[in-house]
Amino acid sequence: MILFLIAVAIWVSTGISALVFSRRYAVSSWIGAGGAILGCLLALHSALQAILGNLLQSFQFPWSLPFGSFYLKMDPLSGWFLLPILGLSIMAALFGTEYMAAWRDRPSAGGSWFFFNILIASMSLVVVARDGVLFLLAWEIMSLSSFFLVTFEHQKKFVRDAGWNYLVATHAGTACLLALFVLMAKSTGSFSFDAWLEKGVSPFSSIVLFLLAVVGFGTKAGFVPLHIWLPEAHPAAPSHVSALMSGVMIKTGIYGLVRLLSFSEVPPEWGCWILIGIGASSGILGVLFALAQHDLKRLLAYHSIENIGIISLGLGVGYLGLSIHSPGLAILGFSGGLLHVLNHALFKGLLFMGAGSLLHGTGTLDIEHLGGVIKKMPWTGSTFLIGAAAIAGLPPMNGFISEFLIYLGALKGIGTLHGSPLVFLIIAATSLTLIGGLALACFAKAFGVIFLGSPRSKHGHDAHESGWGMRLPMISLAAGCAAVGLMAPLAFLILRPVLTMVCRIEALAAQEIFTQTSMTLFFVVLTVLGFLGLAGFLWGLRRWLLSGKTIHESVTWDCGYDAPSPRMQYTGSSFAQPLTSLFKSILRTQRKISPPSGFFPIHASFFTSAPDVFVRTIIRPFYHAVRFGFSKMKWFQHGRVNAYILYIGLTLLILLIWNLR
Amino acid sequence: MIIEQSLSMIFPLLLAPLMLGLINRTKAFFAGRVGQPLLQVYFDLFKLLKKGAVYSRTTSWIFQGGPMIGLAAFIASLLMVPFGGVPALISFAGDFILLAYLLALARFFVVLAALDTGSSFEGMGASREVTFSTFAEPVFFIAMFALARLSNGASLSEFLASQPRLWAPNIPLFFLISIAVFVVLLAENARIPVDDPNTHLELTMIHEVMVLDHSGPDLAFILYGSALKLWIFGAILMGVLIPIKVEPTILGQVTALAGMAVLSIAIGLVESIMARLKLGRIPPLLIGAAGCALFALLLVLRGHP
Repeated sequence: MILFLIAVAIWVSTGISALVFSRRYAVSSWIGAGGAILGCLLALHSALQAILGNLLQSFQFPWSLPFGSFYLKMDPLSGWFLLPILGLSIMAALFGTEYMAAWRDRPSAGGSWFFFNILIASMSLVVVARDGVLFLLAWEIMSLSSFFLVTFEHQKKFVRDAGWNYLVATHAGTACLLALFVLMAKSTGSFSFDAWLEKGVSPFSSIVLFLLAVVGFGTKAGFVPLHIWLPEAHPAAPSHVSALMSGVMIKTGIYGLVRLLSFSEVPPEWGCWILIGIGASSGILGVLFALAQHDLKRLLAYHSIENIGIISLGLGVGYLGLSIHSPGLAILGFSGGLLHVLNHALFKGLLFMGAGSLLHGTGTLDIEHLGGVIKKMPWTGSTFLIGAAAIAGLPPMNGFISEFLIYLGALKGIGTLHGSPLVFLIIAATSLTLIGGLALACFAKAFGVIFLGSPRSKHGHDAHESGWGMRLPMISLAAGCAAVGLMAPLAFLILRPVLTMVCRIEALAAQEIFTQTSMTLFFVVLTVLGFLGLAGFLWGLRRWLLSGKTIHESVTWDCGYDAPSPRMQYTGSSFAQPLTSLFKSILRTQRKISPPSGFFPIHASFFTSAPDVFVRTIIRPFYHAVRFGFSKMKWFQHGRVNAYILYIGLTLLILLIWNLR
Repeated sequence: MIIEQSLSMIFPLLLAPLMLGLINRTKAFFAGRVGQPLLQVYFDLFKLLKKGAVYSRTTSWIFQGGPMIGLAAFIASLLMVPFGGVPALISFAGDFILLAYLLALARFFVVLAALDTGSSFEGMGASREVTFSTFAEPVFFIAMFALARLSNGASLSEFLASQPRLWAPNIPLFFLISIAVFVVLLAENARIPVDDPNTHLELTMIHEVMVLDHSGPDLAFILYGSALKLWIFGAILMGVLIPIKVEPTILGQVTALAGMAVLSIAIGLVESIMARLKLGRIPPLLIGAAGCALFALLLVLRGHP
């Protein structure tokens, strides 16, 4: 724990130093990024110790907060969430040093390292805080520091709008959390998590608490329809910040939910249904909206929503297992959900950095303007392909393993259960297949249209590869995706202390399930290795077959047409069109068409956009109603100071009378 | 046992292209033609393997890697498919999930290779491929869940290394599952009524148009791979339809081989008497198949409380 505290001190102090030197970009970025990496390495030691369950580290600072205390504790669950936070922070800091150099002349570029390090520190504190007040404090610092990172390019209007949107959304969530924590503290008499655990009070205790938790944490995590800030904030933020926010910051919402829900012994079934329902709807709607996007970062942001859906499907299956006393189901569900937390950090971090590298190399993220970029940017292209395969859940990569575990849990339940749990498991498994198919379509589109074919505009023509400072983090994350995929049994066994903690079972009692599942994963890896061996063999065979043969280069077969141009290629929108039109009642894609007319049409255009349906149908009407309500109170808030003093006097008087009572 | 298990791996590697030959002969028979020789696909494969290759200047390594990865995925999937009552070489809980995702991996790379050419034809085919498979995958999974519940197993070998005692009282159920799997087979293998394997020039085609630019050994890999894919789904369908578990096991395998021949003729028959559906009608077809599978699942739940 002491290492962790030193790390926090390093993050804060180097952050402040970066702010001091913000006029000199090189110095501040070295201090900022260096401090971030050093701190992460130190804290990583504590996190790994905690995951392996070697020692339960706790720390109580002799310092009382109002209502709370400065109480930190690191257990396997904290360690498991800390691992991706620290790992991805290292990569993002590395990536950021080169990426931010493009803005080196701005004083805010150096200052952004301050917020970056504060964000790392506050995220880490969120997952180890064991006191409600401290948790909310860290939560708020996390939200604010990420807000300042999102609004880095505040000269642009869309960035300011996105930042504002994020600020309002995150505080709406925090308001729910505040209410939740106060209610929980009221029923236990303390803000300490230990007391809540002891008394068994969790959001599962009543539907009101549960809804507050789902809305509060779900706003951060991005449950549909509370996800509206994600597709706005991610395109606005610098790429390494998007990577960090999407890869790990939104997971703190999942962490909070799991942490609080773990206080109750046996969860009620309705809670699991809600979680599975949220998971299925967030997963399917997230990927559907992603299909309709043509801005790469918006597309990735919607995929974060999809992956949060997958995680909550896993958690739903896990809690269902707990509620019907089936440890096997619980272990499989939780292992899938929690492993996906790590996996999503790996591949989403990678993909957002790929997007950053693309923006750096081509100057645009509109996929319809790109094409053929893999020839100019082979490293970015190849690592992006690995990330795409991982996020689509394809076998050699890590995404498959976590989805496989959730499937396995569902399959186990479908074989044996009855009644409503069975129905919800079928819903979970079937929506997972649908999500898988749609995610494959979406990443075939994203990768295919951006990196393959020929350039659709000068952006694609003039592309250039990024430097090693940006390549290295991408390569490391890609290697991480492959490593978790190929060492799946090991990853599952590392999760074991976390699982026994969350499921509240003795490690020995579940021995059989752990052995069986790691054997199954071993067979999965064996088959996948067989596949890789075969692919290698076929590669050799093909080389041998082609040796000494003539290999021509030619044009793509053009059906005899004389003058094909790159603009005739299938675009991202046309690729996704069959699916988007099948789901048009949900997506409500807007089209602007000016059709060609006359014999020699010069002007014709077609433009589609898929603005968020939930903003239009739920969020905006809600905020309009709020504004309307407040506008009715304007007579109260008129700007006359003497009346305001009267209000203060009246309030004091009322309080006095209240006290005399 | 290992010999029989290896046999069920060797059969597809040797005989899968023959299924395509049988389908073609059946179609020729119905069209009143003599048709190509039964072994024509083998001749094509050998010819292609001996050839050089032509690559478009637009393409990258993805285009050359796609066919290899696809074929490797199909062969690896075959390792998990039981045949004629004999368990597969590799079987574990949830192996059908890995099988489905390996097929998805193959599809991903075939689609990417198609997009790599920059041809709008191939982009169109790729777009349709991912659309229809999005609907086909859940059908396959629901059918497998029904089998899992019915057989109390978790792997394909347990679902399909067949149980006559289960079959007899559940004929309607197996019938429904077979319909679902058969529709998935037609959709995934680019057969009529979803796709027409014969031509690639019509704007309505899916699979053939995606592989338009491949040549030489790459095309041979694709052709052989699609034969293996047909075998994979055929073997699963045989497992559902023919509930044999006999001694000696070779008898079961021979029966299943005969079944595969009948299946090929049946596919040829479907292709001869039906026209390809309009593209807009394909999702309803697949959703109908999903309905069949779901109904089968409901029947299992009702019958096995």
